[in-house]
Amino acid sequence: MRRIAGLLALILSLTLTGPASAADSGSLTIGITQFPSTLNPNIDSMLAKSYVLAMTRRPITAFDHDWELVCMLCTELPSIENGLAVPETLPDGSQGIRVTYRLQPEATWGDGTPVTTEDVVFTWEVGKHPKSGVSSLEGYRRILEIDVQDAKTFTVLVDRITFTYNASGGFDLLPAHLEREIFEADPVAYRTRTTFDADPSNPGLAFGPYRISKVEPGAQIELEPNPTWYGQAPAFSKITVRIIENTAALEANLLSGAIDLVAGELGFTIDQALAFEQRHGERFNVMYKPGLIYEHIDLNLDNPILQDVRVRRALVHALDRESLSAQLFGGQQPVAHTSVSPLDWVHDPDAPVYAFDADRAEALLDEAGWSDKRNGIRHNAAGEPLTLEFGTTAGNRSRELVQQVLQSQWRQVGIDVRVKNQPARVFFGETVRKRRFGALAMFAWLSAPESVPRTTLYSDQIPSEDNNWSGQNYTGYRNPEMDRLIDAIEVELDRDKRRILWKDLQRLYAEALPVIPLYWRAEPHILPKWLKGLRPTGHLGTSTLWVEEWRRDGG
Amino acid sequence: MLSYIVQRLVESLLVLVLMSFLIFGLIGLMPGDPIDLMISANPDLTPQDAERLRALHGLDQPIVTRYGNWLGAALQGDFGYSRLFSQPVMEILLPRLGNTVILMGISFVLALAIAIPAGILAALRPRTWLDGTVNMIAFAGISIPPFWLAILLIIAFAVLLGWLPAGGMPPADGGVGAYLLHLALPVATLTLASVGGLIRFMRASMMEALRQDYVRTARAKGLSTRDVVVGHAMRNAMIPVVTILALSFGTLFSGALITETMFGWLGMGKTIYDSIMGNDYNLAMIGLLLATVTTLLANVLADLAYAWLDPRIRYR
Repeated sequence: MRRIAGLLALILSLTLTGPASAADSGSLTIGITQFPSTLNPNIDSMLAKSYVLAMTRRPITAFDHDWELVCMLCTELPSIENGLAVPETLPDGSQGIRVTYRLQPEATWGDGTPVTTEDVVFTWEVGKHPKSGVSSLEGYRRILEIDVQDAKTFTVLVDRITFTYNASGGFDLLPAHLEREIFEADPVAYRTRTTFDADPSNPGLAFGPYRISKVEPGAQIELEPNPTWYGQAPAFSKITVRIIENTAALEANLLSGAIDLVAGELGFTIDQALAFEQRHGERFNVMYKPGLIYEHIDLNLDNPILQDVRVRRALVHALDRESLSAQLFGGQQPVAHTSVSPLDWVHDPDAPVYAFDADRAEALLDEAGWSDKRNGIRHNAAGEPLTLEFGTTAGNRSRELVQQVLQSQWRQVGIDVRVKNQPARVFFGETVRKRRFGALAMFAWLSAPESVPRTTLYSDQIPSEDNNWSGQNYTGYRNPEMDRLIDAIEVELDRDKRRILWKDLQRLYAEALPVIPLYWRAEPHILPKWLKGLRPTGHLGTSTLWVEEWRRDGG
Repeated sequence: MLSYIVQRLVESLLVLVLMSFLIFGLIGLMPGDPIDLMISANPDLTPQDAERLRALHGLDQPIVTRYGNWLGAALQGDFGYSRLFSQPVMEILLPRLGNTVILMGISFVLALAIAIPAGILAALRPRTWLDGTVNMIAFAGISIPPFWLAILLIIAFAVLLGWLPAGGMPPADGGVGAYLLHLALPVATLTLASVGGLIRFMRASMMEALRQDYVRTARAKGLSTRDVVVGHAMRNAMIPVVTILALSFGTLFSGALITETMFGWLGMGKTIYDSIMGNDYNLAMIGLLLATVTTLLANVLADLAYAWLDPRIRYR
């Protein structure tokens, strides 16, 4: 008995004192749930890779915390007003634009080689090569020429003028002094021989505040300060990014002190974070940042029932999304009314809003001919029941919870919703991609600030067998006015005029309702109390782009 | 005996080739391809990009052509690159195979070391408090889901006591001590999860053996209980247990999936699962074929073990 009491006392004392934390070692250990498939910045697009590489390198331009485009590797953001961007008529009569960037004069790769325009030209050569393995060629293809003025200054001629003319997009510099020989030897094999994967701890791959010192595939990536970094000195002598895919194990690691923080970009789901905050809020800071992940339900407009806009509007009026967000997500995930985030400067607060109004939903369904209620389910004059199939990704706990609530609310107004969920791989790989969902498909879109919805709303982006299932307009929405607005927004440089076009687009979107907007997903960042300076962005530019600002409290 | 072994190995090789085609075909039949996964992660990917990437990865070829290309390269020792890790497949798989063999091997030996004596003791004292206790432990082991057990162990030994790491792999320069510390909880989980079934099997098999005439004869000859059990009953009781053990090798990789996931242990189970879900053909093919080879070899070894345990069994 005494032994048991002794053991209990030991457990209690250890519990109260807590396990040793990584905080006392000058190091920082971050937990994320995904391992990057490659560390080459231009091959594959993956959030885990962006998260890690943001500490070792910098894009030419990026969106900051206020979602404004700023220079990171360049010294001055080019614009028509400051003369660094000059529209030009191309030989075929179309309008292009010349944009001049100057690279940070002190930017230097970790092995001492300066970052120069040679890297810019090499990156372009790799990017536009059809067999280099670079995922998205479009941005590189649009560049007609690069005019090198000196080692740090260059001008790109782009084949069209869009409002994003001064954003560098996915143009991430590659070190020519390490990669050119490999690429030129065999462009097709480049993606498997790139130094980023063959020798990821090569210091010449980094020019950011940190460089990768060690990679254990699937397990962890270690980073150390880069001595050639030209900006503010980073605080931590070592950063370890550990990959723990299971979120229960991630939580246990956080509590045991094996990791210091869980990245909001790739960590807990919102419900896990809320439960964690309730239990351990006194030990950690939990920050919620609503972002650009748009949870919504795509409506298959080929479904005869959903072709009637009154039914679509009734579907939204029947939902109490505000209370759903409050009950399930602690109010941390704001309700969406259009596809534009309220944090985006082009968001229109006056766009039509479908508030929860069950009576209005019932009236609309009556008007649409679904007035005959039998056993609580509505039927039309032909005796057909108002039944809709509702699919999402099986095993996603948050979505399945939301789905149950929505199903119940629709049932209240006489809509019979049948759940048909599938594993993510089948749902996205087959059902959604080939528009094989019966009526409703719930998932999320990732986007960037002021992202033009061409791929999701333009009429030529509807996947079909004829176009080999390309495009992401899965609802099958066609509207010449929407096409016109998308075309106009892309080329409108005047912000005020563009804001008006965006306003029209959001109004049209809300009126036509090809999609039921649900909410904006929030990133829950779980930080130790002592960590200061981490500011979530809410967009695809990860918080690690400003890792040099992270500090230990008082350090 | 030698000709039998050669015959079994040749048969195994044929099964392996057949399995490679089946696995390749089944992976090919799964919805979506690696480029679809890229599209879902990157909305900027244009249809032209998707077509170009499909051609670049050979995904625009018929499945038979792709299999032929893969087999031709594999026969020359080129198992390709992993799409998920951007490394040669063998560089990813071999260390993980080692991790799984260590994890499963230690759990396996521990489970046997506990189950065989516990099953024998329970069989020797049926319907006593000892038998009841052993059965209770066995049923608890069978009933507790491994993922729940894993969480309980993590909370107790990593979070509350702080004695053991909550998961992950030991640092490469951590030495044997760190390796064993990281191994402790996954091994405990796997051992506890598998020991229950083995105890029940050993107990039933031993009770059956103890009822046989030759055991009664041995006892009548005045042999001690120890000699009767070890020298006569146990050897026969082990034959069905060996069958179960050989079959359980087939689940060597899949069985460790939950444990590997919960503890972040980089093993084969998790790697095969991720490679299939992530459409990593090269990795999935070799991973599944290694699992097939293991199962086939385990069955050949089981056949040989039968002959060793029971001299009446002879192979020609």
